[in-house]
Amino acid sequence: MSARLTVVVVEEDRDRAIAVVDAIKDTAECDVYVIGNSSALARKIAAHDPDIVLIDIDNPTRDMLEELTLASGPLERPVAMFVSGPAGGLAQTAIEAGVSAYVVDGLAPDRIKPVMDTAIARFRMVRQIRNELAETRRALEERKVIDRAKGLLMKAKGIDEDAAYALLRKTAMDQGRRVPDVAEALVTASGLLG
Amino acid sequence: MKRSHLPVAYMPLVDAAPLIIAQEMGFAESEGIALDLIAAPSWSSVRDMLAFGRVEAAHMLSPVPVAMAMGLGGVKTDLSAVSVLSVNGNVIGVGRALEERLRDIGYGFDFADPMKAAAALAEVRSGPVVFGVPFPFSMHVELLRYWCEGTALGAGGIEIRTVPPPLMATALANGDVDAFCVGEPWGSVAVDQGSGALLLPGKAIWGFAPEKVLAVKTEWAESEPALLGRMMRALWQAGRWLAKPESRSTAGEILSRKNYLDVSPELIDRALSGQFTVSDRGEQRRVDSFVEFHHGAATFPWRSQAKWIAHRLQQSHEAAALPSLDEVARVFRADLHRSLLSEAGVDMPGASEKLEGAIRHKTAVASTRGELCLMPDAFFDGRIFDPEALD
Repeated sequence: MSARLTVVVVEEDRDRAIAVVDAIKDTAECDVYVIGNSSALARKIAAHDPDIVLIDIDNPTRDMLEELTLASGPLERPVAMFVSGPAGGLAQTAIEAGVSAYVVDGLAPDRIKPVMDTAIARFRMVRQIRNELAETRRALEERKVIDRAKGLLMKAKGIDEDAAYALLRKTAMDQGRRVPDVAEALVTASGLLG
Repeated sequence: MKRSHLPVAYMPLVDAAPLIIAQEMGFAESEGIALDLIAAPSWSSVRDMLAFGRVEAAHMLSPVPVAMAMGLGGVKTDLSAVSVLSVNGNVIGVGRALEERLRDIGYGFDFADPMKAAAALAEVRSGPVVFGVPFPFSMHVELLRYWCEGTALGAGGIEIRTVPPPLMATALANGDVDAFCVGEPWGSVAVDQGSGALLLPGKAIWGFAPEKVLAVKTEWAESEPALLGRMMRALWQAGRWLAKPESRSTAGEILSRKNYLDVSPELIDRALSGQFTVSDRGEQRRVDSFVEFHHGAATFPWRSQAKWIAHRLQQSHEAAALPSLDEVARVFRADLHRSLLSEAGVDMPGASEKLEGAIRHKTAVASTRGELCLMPDAFFDGRIFDPEALD
């Protein structure tokens, strides 16, 4: 019975992967490998014969891991998604934090827990940063569309910028839609007509 | 009446159309509900969102609830397939390398004859042909296996690997897979990108294969029958609307939107119209009702369909403690479908099981209003699946 756990982290982003790996290595005796997205993911994972596989819940390559759960799949020891059993509450937390874990059959919960606790904390942090980034990007994108819509209105109706924005806002309120959505529709329509 | 919001997970595919149309064309609204559609990054994620209560319902590969009832796969939750969302709609295709070799022997890419396609593939292959599919439990896998067993390819003549459709082009280029079976629009995307050519529509293998189902947790189905009924009726209406030829271009435009499939309406129209471009040489092929949302009681979850899936899964996975076929087939909720939709005056078949593969021509059958016709459902090899004969 080997004392060291083998953990595979599936992660495309190098920096993010390192952050997760370092944290796990600090908390548990284990070997950690990182694999990027690949069209041959299941076999690459199987080559490490891992005890635990960690992957971002939104990673589209997750479906390839499902092969690992089949007895006839590439791993000799079938893994199950980490969901139930004595650590049930932990699984829910993991999912909320955005990490899904696949754990090999028969691994004791007290060996999984430290790795999972760390993974959860790290993934939560990563997710938060990513959400903030996406939010900023979206806001910027919307700003641009609104500016273009304002420009179109100013030109078409000979009004100033404030009046153009007021018109967008009034239309949005009348239609029960968001200002960026109305702006987007206007820009699209004008693109088609122009 | 206050509208109830129902979160529903789906994969952005042409066959998610009933969900998207039910919401966009107001069928949900007229049932007093709103579908909050959540696009999922993977099928595992769809399943988990449903299992962990993030969504109330999901667009799901028809074999998934059956496999779960058999204890296969990574997660165990009692699911009910309450409606079939779509029938058929997959394509089988090959990468450029195989396409070249098939052309060299004069294969005509008829997009119709499974025997011919298999014979040609068997002639040009140099080892087992490796097929990429979206998920290990899928109609894609079952159709491929069934096709190989009955043709020159032979049961061991192919290997199946899971590759998410967005990665299929890379997998073909890297030589991880030689061929693929995917749902539209991914087959047409492959043709358009110049990474492959189409061999067969899924329906050439099984004429009436349940492709996606509407799945809910069984306990939810039992505790919220009224809400479930409203959702099922909205989806049934959406399917009927989709079946009208004049709806096609509107449907394509709606599905193509950035928040849904985000591909050109022209690509989506290939599946909806059955008018395919099968290779980058522009060869055109026609398939009638390539994907079916309504006709022939398409939404009815036949127990016998579930039994066919269970029977096939049983043969390829040695499930240790397998419940009986009858028990597994109960995840296809013919009972709920009938009771919740007949209130809306929908014509329902009198039986919950049929011989699968026995219908060669459109056939009238016993139904609640006596107006129901079933569509051809033959298997390419002419075999008939009789659930009774197995027990």
